Order: sequence, then structure tokens, then C-alpha cells
Amino acid sequence: MSHSHAIVAGLLNAVLGLAFLMITAALLTWVERRLLGFFQDRPGPNRVGPFGVLQVAADGIKLLFKQDWIPPFADAGVFVLAPAISMITVMLAMAVIPATPLIGIIGDLNVGLLFFLAMSGLGVYSAVLAGWASNNKYSLLGGMRAAAQMVSYEVFMGLSLVGVVMLAGSFNLTDIVRSQRHMWYVVPQFLGFIVFFLGGIAETHRLPFDLPEGESELGAGFHTEYSGIKFGMFFVGEYIGIMLISAMTTVLFLGGWYGPVLPPFMWFGIKTGLLICFFILLRAALPRPRYDQLMAFGWKLLLPLTLLNILVTGALMLGLPGPA
Amino acid sequence: MLSSLRTLWYTFLHLFQRNVTVQYPEQMPYLAPRYRGRIVLTRDPDGEERCVSCNLCAVACPADCISLQKTETEGRWHPEFFRINFSRCIFCGFCEEACPTYAIQLTPDFEMSEYIRQNLVYEKEHLLISGTGKYPEYNFYRVSGLAVPGKDKGEAEHERPPIDIRSLLP
Repeated sequence: MSHSHAIVAGLLNAVLGLAFLMITAALLTWVERRLLGFFQDRPGPNRVGPFGVLQVAADGIKLLFKQDWIPPFADAGVFVLAPAISMITVMLAMAVIPATPLIGIIGDLNVGLLFFLAMSGLGVYSAVLAGWASNNKYSLLGGMRAAAQMVSYEVFMGLSLVGVVMLAGSFNLTDIVRSQRHMWYVVPQFLGFIVFFLGGIAETHRLPFDLPEGESELGAGFHTEYSGIKFGMFFVGEYIGIMLISAMTTVLFLGGWYGPVLPPFMWFGIKTGLLICFFILLRAALPRPRYDQLMAFGWKLLLPLTLLNILVTGALMLGLPGPA
Repeated sequence: MLSSLRTLWYTFLHLFQRNVTVQYPEQMPYLAPRYRGRIVLTRDPDGEERCVSCNLCAVACPADCISLQKTETEGRWHPEFFRINFSRCIFCGFCEEACPTYAIQLTPDFEMSEYIRQNLVYEKEHLLISGTGKYPEYNFYRVSGLAVPGKDKGEAEHERPPIDIRSLLP
């Protein structure tokens, strides 16, 4: 009896978490457009509802009712699958994030960090398959760029976390946060923090690393051919991706739910929210690098830096006595 | 790298600057008095039509959107019909510059959208206003030498009486 209770509670937790994610991702589209507006000295969408919040609903309705078109030259099965992968992978990855020790779906998973990396690795497939299935040269170029960019930045993202894992001695995200009670890992792992965040931007293919989309050169890159709610799924996937990277950065480097005075979940929310705003600031401020510049930046700068970070962290942990 | 950070900082500072947007339907933008908007036909200070249907506006119009027909009552010329097709008008103001009697004038008003294109063709009754527009004093027939009812030759402002060409006296 208690076993079935646990199952129901778990399901309820997952469903509520999913709903919360969807709503927050939708609201994020509005937040992003308003913030971008403010960065450009204009108000942004402020007409529908109080402060324009209902713009989200208007956009949702529009996307739902638009013609959902599969081009006759596309590979229909894969074409439909790709946006689903985009959403599923980021949502699954969100499941392992502990907002607080109590709030979270499976925050206590003992391979949480690996699961996150695996899911963001799978996320590459959405862009690649979408680009391939669209059977369109711009989409294919976008998908190809996505593959190269995301696979290479995956490497630095994974390597930049090795330092954190060494310090915490665990892949369990809850344990990693707990081990930051006295000092956030952003201090001893500053390089790791920077590289992880840059890798995260590339991983979610957000500006300035939005080469797979590249509106000015590729139309919309891998999702050129998508319309209606399939496009919406890519969109929501992208915004949940932003939340995912922000939440991960908070958990791994910024001490998760730890902070004075305010309750833990608020600290987690504040830190994640500020990082999300920083994502938007990046979009407002920086131009897109060239494709070869992006790859050179990754392989020639970030990779040596992360390796150096691992070496130094390891050496210090061996050399310094006491808890580290 | 450093310049990227600087760009980030300057963009961030824009968060604290005032928006430049004018919330249009609630908050009207400032339009200069000489703004070139909706075209009107004005009247002289006596309340008569200023237009003498000389056709100069129609000739000057680069979009060919003005058409009119002259008619005459008691020596005064005025248009029988005067039609401006605002779906073609480019609001260049050439008609206003060409007009010798200050009859046709552009006003600071641009809110003239229509759902039916036909409604953009304005007839004289839509164009003619009751006032004098930008030149409250000017009255063409009071400064020209033409004889009209109530004013004979030589009675206009700054006009000398006509010379009797059959007399030898100076």
C-alpha cells in the first residue's frame, strides 16, 4: 500500500515539475523579450494583459493554431521526432536538479551529473536530425554546425566539471551542493565555472553561439522548415535548456540553495534567475562569431584551459593536506 | 575578449535608461506645425473657397493623385469637383508649394487609414475646411486686380486705380 503511495507521489511530483517547467519556459519567452527591449531602450511587449504577461498565452495560441506543415520532401518520421527529442532531453536533464534537498524530482540520483551530461549529449540529436530530415541545404548546414559545435563544446563542458567532481568526491548533485556549504566552487573552480558556462551557451545554441540557427545566414538553420507547434517545441526546448544550464551552474558552482536569511528555494531561484538574465544580456550585447572562430576558440583556448584546471586542482588536492 | 566584456557592461547600463518609445494610441507623438499630413482645402477670411482651380497642384503632383474641374460664378473661378486619391498621395507637399492662392495645405494629421481602398478617395466636401489654415489674413481676390462682385478693378489692396487709356492727362 505504501509502495503504491510512493509511486503516486512520485508521479504527481514529476507531473507538477513538468507543468512548472512548461509554464516557466513560456514565461521566459516574455521575460526575454521585455528584457531585450529594456536593453534597447524600448518597452518590449507590454500590451496583452498586465505588463504584457499574457503575450505568452497569445503566442501559444498562435503557435497551436498555425498550419502544422511537413514538407513533402522531408523524412516525415524523423522530422516529427526531432523536436520531441529537443524537449524530452532537456526535461529529463532537469529532473536530476535539486532545487533544495526536498524540492526536485530525482535530485538525489547518485549519477546525477553523468545523467545530465548524457542528456545534453542526446540533445545534439534533435538539431542534427532536424537539419537532416528537413532535406534542405540551409537546414543541413545548420544541423552540421550544430553537430560540430555541440559535440566539441560537450567535451569542454564535461571536462570543466571534473574539478568539481574531484573536490566534492561525488556525482550526486545534492552532495555536490552540500559540499559547498562553506565555499562556493566558483572560487576554487573559477576556470571551470567560466568554461562550463561558455560550453552551456554553446550547448543550448544561444546567442552569441547560435550558429546552428544563424538567422542572417541560414534562415533559421536546422528549424527552417518547422512551423506551428513543432517550432514551438524547439522554442520551449531552447528555453528549458537555458533554465537547465542556469540551474546546473547554480548547483555546481554557486552553492545551490545555500544563502543567508532567505529560505533555500528562494536562493536557488534568485541565482538561477540572475544567470538566465545574464543569458539574455549576452544575447543583447554580443555578435555571433564566425564558425571557424568558434571552433578555434573551443579547441585552442577552452580545451587547454580545462585540462590545466584539472591538473592544477589535482595537484593542489594531492599537495595540500586537510579537507579539499 | 575585453571589448566583449565592455560591450556587456554598456548594454547592461541601458537597463537604467529611459525608453524612447512613444506609446502611440494613448500618447500622441509631437507633430511639427509644418508636418506634411492630410491635405485640406482652405477658405479665405470671408469664408469663400480659396481654390481658383488653376490646376497647378494637379500638374505639380508627381503621383498624379489630384483631379479637378473648373467652374465659374460671377467672375470667380472655383472647382466644380476636387478629388484627391490618398491611396496614391505621397505627401510630398508639392501641391502646397505650387498653389498660388494658399488654398491647398498639408496638415499635421496622419490618421486616415481605411479598410476599403475606395474610401481613400476624398472629394471636395471631405477636403474643404471652414477655416483659413496656415495663412489667416490672405485673400487672393482682395490682392488681385480681377473684378469680382463687391470689388471693382483698382480697389484691391496696394492697387492704384486703373489708368484711363483714352485720356491724354497724366
